[in-house]
Amino acid sequence: MKKLLSGNEALALGAYHAGIAVATAYPGTPSTEIMEALAHFKDIYAEWSVNEKVAMEVAMGSCYEGARALVSMKQVGLNVAADPFLAVATTGVNAGLVLISADDPGIHSSQGEQDNRHFAELAKVPILEPTDSQSAYDLMAYAFEISEQLDTPVMVRTTTRISHSKSLVDVKEINVMQKRKPGFSRNVQKYVMLPVNARTRHPLMEERMVKLAAFAESFPFNKIEPGERSLGIIANGIGYQYAREVFPKASFLKLGMTYPLPEKLIREFASQVDRILVIEELDPFLEEHIKAMGIKVDGKQFIPRVGELNTDIIESVGRKMELINTPPREKITVSTDLAKRPPLLCSGCPHSGLFYVLASMGQRLKLPGAKDKIPKESGLTITGDIGCYTLGAYPPLNAMDTTACMGASIGHAIGMEKAGSRNKIVAVIGDSTFLHSGITPLVDAVYNQSKITIVILDNGTTAMTGHQEHPGTGISVQGQGVGKVVLEDLIKGIGVKYLKIVDSFNIKEIRTAVKDSLERQELSVIIVRGVCAVRVPKHDVPRKIDTGKCNQCGICLLIGCPAIQTEGKQPIIDVTMCTGCTICQQVCPKQAIGPMSQAKAEAKK
Amino acid sequence: MNTPKIDLLITGVGGQGNILASDIVSEVALAAGFDVKKTDTLGMAQRGGSVISHVRISEKVFSPLIKEGEVDILLAFEKLEGVRWARYLKPGAIVIINNHALPPLSVNLGIDKYPSNEEVNQILKQRTEHIYFVEGTKRVIELGNVKTLNIFMLGCLAAFLSFKLETWQEVIAQHLPSKFLKLNNTAFDLGAKEIKNVHVG
Repeated sequence: MKKLLSGNEALALGAYHAGIAVATAYPGTPSTEIMEALAHFKDIYAEWSVNEKVAMEVAMGSCYEGARALVSMKQVGLNVAADPFLAVATTGVNAGLVLISADDPGIHSSQGEQDNRHFAELAKVPILEPTDSQSAYDLMAYAFEISEQLDTPVMVRTTTRISHSKSLVDVKEINVMQKRKPGFSRNVQKYVMLPVNARTRHPLMEERMVKLAAFAESFPFNKIEPGERSLGIIANGIGYQYAREVFPKASFLKLGMTYPLPEKLIREFASQVDRILVIEELDPFLEEHIKAMGIKVDGKQFIPRVGELNTDIIESVGRKMELINTPPREKITVSTDLAKRPPLLCSGCPHSGLFYVLASMGQRLKLPGAKDKIPKESGLTITGDIGCYTLGAYPPLNAMDTTACMGASIGHAIGMEKAGSRNKIVAVIGDSTFLHSGITPLVDAVYNQSKITIVILDNGTTAMTGHQEHPGTGISVQGQGVGKVVLEDLIKGIGVKYLKIVDSFNIKEIRTAVKDSLERQELSVIIVRGVCAVRVPKHDVPRKIDTGKCNQCGICLLIGCPAIQTEGKQPIIDVTMCTGCTICQQVCPKQAIGPMSQAKAEAKK
Repeated sequence: MNTPKIDLLITGVGGQGNILASDIVSEVALAAGFDVKKTDTLGMAQRGGSVISHVRISEKVFSPLIKEGEVDILLAFEKLEGVRWARYLKPGAIVIINNHALPPLSVNLGIDKYPSNEEVNQILKQRTEHIYFVEGTKRVIELGNVKTLNIFMLGCLAAFLSFKLETWQEVIAQHLPSKFLKLNNTAFDLGAKEIKNVHVG
């Protein structure tokens, strides 16, 4: 039966039918839905791991024990998991181990753009790349077979457009694998990477690459699709689909295994066509390996290295290369000053109050129409982290000065302090991010006697990626009650002396705690606690602005709440969006904001 | 279906339910025996950002993304998000646009202006005369649940596709909780009725 599945759903189903017993992941766009799809299967063990490094290590342990294991993560997750990934590449596996690396060309939701195929080359591990949901499903069975037959972890690399596109999948449930009985055979030379053992593993890895390259020659997903002789296209992933649409008559070499490459097959293809164009997103990975074989190809001198490709880009490449002679469609003029709609903190977001306080203390808030720039020396430096709260960097809040990678807020703050900053320094980090990568820098701060203030925004979920559970919630990905890590106990246990817990929706409490912490000559941690707006849609009846009392000062607009809009200069509250969180009511200097009467609120619903 | 291919763009603001709408129309096309690909582009936030879904229906589809200037039908849940993607329209495309404004923060802060209906029309008319303004938000508020907007908009869309009504109803039933089914079916019918009576812009 044909089903309409996203790439991620197809990868999950393919892995399940390949007989995985264990699946691990940390949420991250565009990979999150792989684990969410797997969590529905109650006959496998699935976990949200605390971070990608641990996810990789748990999957490694399971494969050593004889269970097929899948670990999935976004591209930057592999930066975190690089250490165990290179380690398991060295030890090899027992049962199959497959890593899904979901790259994000175009940076839809990441801190950077990177091509993770380089990681597989570094680790001497094969790469499989699907071109649609069907091949995503089909490739998973091969990935586990290759892993076991050649004693190697396998990287399945997807991209946002593959992961987040739906297409038809013929689900062949006949391939469903039986699970093996667990059993670990002690093998010190293979599993204990003392230098003496690791030295014997490296030559085996080199032999493995030779065998993999031979295997690639007959791998069914490396396939020549003959067409006209004048143009040959070598493509992988989503680039293949764009190229097939733009160049319907060309000859194709479609690569489902992109490392190591099938050299003989590529030479055979080269002999069948007059010129070759390599179409791949991001880095010239295929191109450089093919050029190293001494085969002449075109590639990145025409195809952008940056961002996602699409059919428009490939078509304009075709024109530039004089492969397409039809003129482009006339462009229309859409006024360029159309208001943009960047992502926002939601109405009722538990992060808004803290950012409002930090922004007002750091004199970063700008009244509408005010032209003055943010003062260079604000007296407050705010180091940030990865999550919904990174949106606090946008106007009108402007309340974030750095964001780099998971957990970096705390290390950045320590570093600025130790370098002699004249500002007070606040590190802002979410609960899930703190558990992922904030604990070790907090240990550093205690050990090295840092005097920074750390704010943990505890909304009880991993919000940005779609509300996944984490160790602080005590609920598993499969919905069971499991162990719960209590943030305050953890923080005190590390040795933090000054810890305050405040309510996200109480501006006065937040302001007092932040002020107090900044004045202290010691490390302080403030947990700002309040449930994510998407999980608690209504706190109270919607608020209403009394236009008789309101002097249109615009302070309520500075919270950045999407429910507060304007009619001319008059701020108004959209009753359908307001959650009744009362932050605006608390900041209004004229006491012009109060609850809409219950009866009216009911009538407007 | 008369046309061998339909390239459909569904645009709106995060939280309006346009991803579900694109899932439903894709499943309907699949049930009618077509090849389908669909993809959503959305930012990093839960709510409030621009959301665009590309749905491609044909005998055989390669790219999930529609080329600029090739969209047959634009279904816009919000005016600004309709006009933003005008360059994707093919000449003579059909535009169904919810006559409702959700001003972005920059408009509320007085930095940007929200386009007037005349400006919206003027931009869209560079490509097509087939512009249908529908009172989606107004109708579903009258109906009693703003969340049925996506199904109302599908009711409008259905008039331009020749899929069977039963197929729409079956797929909608698969995707929505049964307690809201009656309400959503009403929203679908209201949409189908609305599109017949709207002024062509």
